[in-house]
Amino acid sequence: MIWTRKHLLDIESLSAEEINTVLDTARAFKSVGERSIKKVPALRGKTVVNLFIEPSTRTRISFELAEQRLTADVVNFSADASSFKKGETLKDTARNLEALNADFIVIRHSASGAAHFLSRVVKSSIINAGDGAHEHPTQALLDAFTIRERKGRVAGLNVTILGDILYSRVARSNIWALLKLGAKVTLCGPSTLVPETFALMGCRVTHDVADAIREADIIHLLRIQHERQRKSMFPGIGEYRQLFGLNQARLALVRPDALIMHPGPINRGVEIESDIADGSRSLILEQVTNGLAVRMAVLYLLNGGKDFGGKDFPEVSVS
Amino acid sequence: MGSLTVLLDAGGIQRALARIAHEIAERNAHPRDVALIGIPQGGVPMARRLAKLLAEIWSQPVPLGSLDVSMHRDDLHQRAAPTIFPTEIPFDVTGKTVVLVDDVLFSGRTVRAAMDALNDFGRAKRIQLAVLIDRGHRELPIKADFVGKNVPTAWSEKVRVSLEGQDEIILERP
Repeated sequence: MIWTRKHLLDIESLSAEEINTVLDTARAFKSVGERSIKKVPALRGKTVVNLFIEPSTRTRISFELAEQRLTADVVNFSADASSFKKGETLKDTARNLEALNADFIVIRHSASGAAHFLSRVVKSSIINAGDGAHEHPTQALLDAFTIRERKGRVAGLNVTILGDILYSRVARSNIWALLKLGAKVTLCGPSTLVPETFALMGCRVTHDVADAIREADIIHLLRIQHERQRKSMFPGIGEYRQLFGLNQARLALVRPDALIMHPGPINRGVEIESDIADGSRSLILEQVTNGLAVRMAVLYLLNGGKDFGGKDFPEVSVS
Repeated sequence: MGSLTVLLDAGGIQRALARIAHEIAERNAHPRDVALIGIPQGGVPMARRLAKLLAEIWSQPVPLGSLDVSMHRDDLHQRAAPTIFPTEIPFDVTGKTVVLVDDVLFSGRTVRAAMDALNDFGRAKRIQLAVLIDRGHRELPIKADFVGKNVPTAWSEKVRVSLEGQDEIILERP
């Protein structure tokens, strides 16, 4: 298919075909990362601003490396060093970046909807690198890529997401992507963090870990998002570990070919026992490698996207 | 209404490929140094066919690869992102004579991109170019070493090459 989108704001509005186009494209970029020369000139002369208003290390580094491997010029803009502390609004900051002819703005923000907002006020391509508890689309894409690579497909698989669903943008983006690709999604965690309303999206909701993981092909663990919880949603870390942490006893219940994922950063000894995180079922580091390839693919596709409103591109000779 | 003209039928394609294979063998005295790399999509099946013919001529297998050039195109900012096809080069290109293979030579921009892309895999000793159809309209100083058929075309015409299933090359007039 021909990719026409200029922005990547969420997974909710993508079609299954668009998601698969990103995953297919990412496969090619993963092989670029395995060459001795890991750089291609696809974004030569383009400027990308990484606008991280909420702290992030791994996502920013992944985007930054993806941009550099595509030969883009990269500017990092973080909350600490920026004019936000001096009272500038997000809109003014973005307008300033636009005035510097930024072709892409990769935004991470604590407010849901920040990326959508930017896409309406500036001409640059916007990539959502996580907005509040709303979405984190590139994380869901790299997770789907990892599942497809390891299992050969996504459709028909049982995927269990275990942990803090309520405050997790990773969970929301993953639920959208997995359902669109035809997986069966089970959500599990404390009832305060996994409200029944998620069943309306088409997921199975349970608060019994054994029930959630027994038939799972993929167990996706999420961190407790302390920074997003205003008040205590569960008694404590110790109790969470007791009731929902993935330990050897629980691992004994799962299918022999079940695989474990985590978007990181992991809290060893809380949601996952240390030796499981390092074990043979763990895809945690593959997710990091694949994240780079997926982000390269997203930048590559958006670079050709002009938001033509569904109209076809003029045919361009390829010979 | 548009019209269709058959430029080469199955027999014509087979003869053209056989002649190109013999020309490659004649030009390159050391079979061991030669590798074929097809440019997706059309160049890949053509390279596969040439490799088979060359292997018969030389009585030894010929290294065969494919090289996607999308990431090295010079028009990425003015078109939708092209679909990327697999790049598989299961040999070291350094020191080799690499014959790039494409079905149609037109502006020459794909070949330029291919030479850049190939450079990331190593330093070939020399690069040669084999095409089934040279349709003219070059925009870069690029010329094929081995040509199946020269066909003067109008810019608006299209050359459709089918090498999988029914072999056929058709000129399509708008």
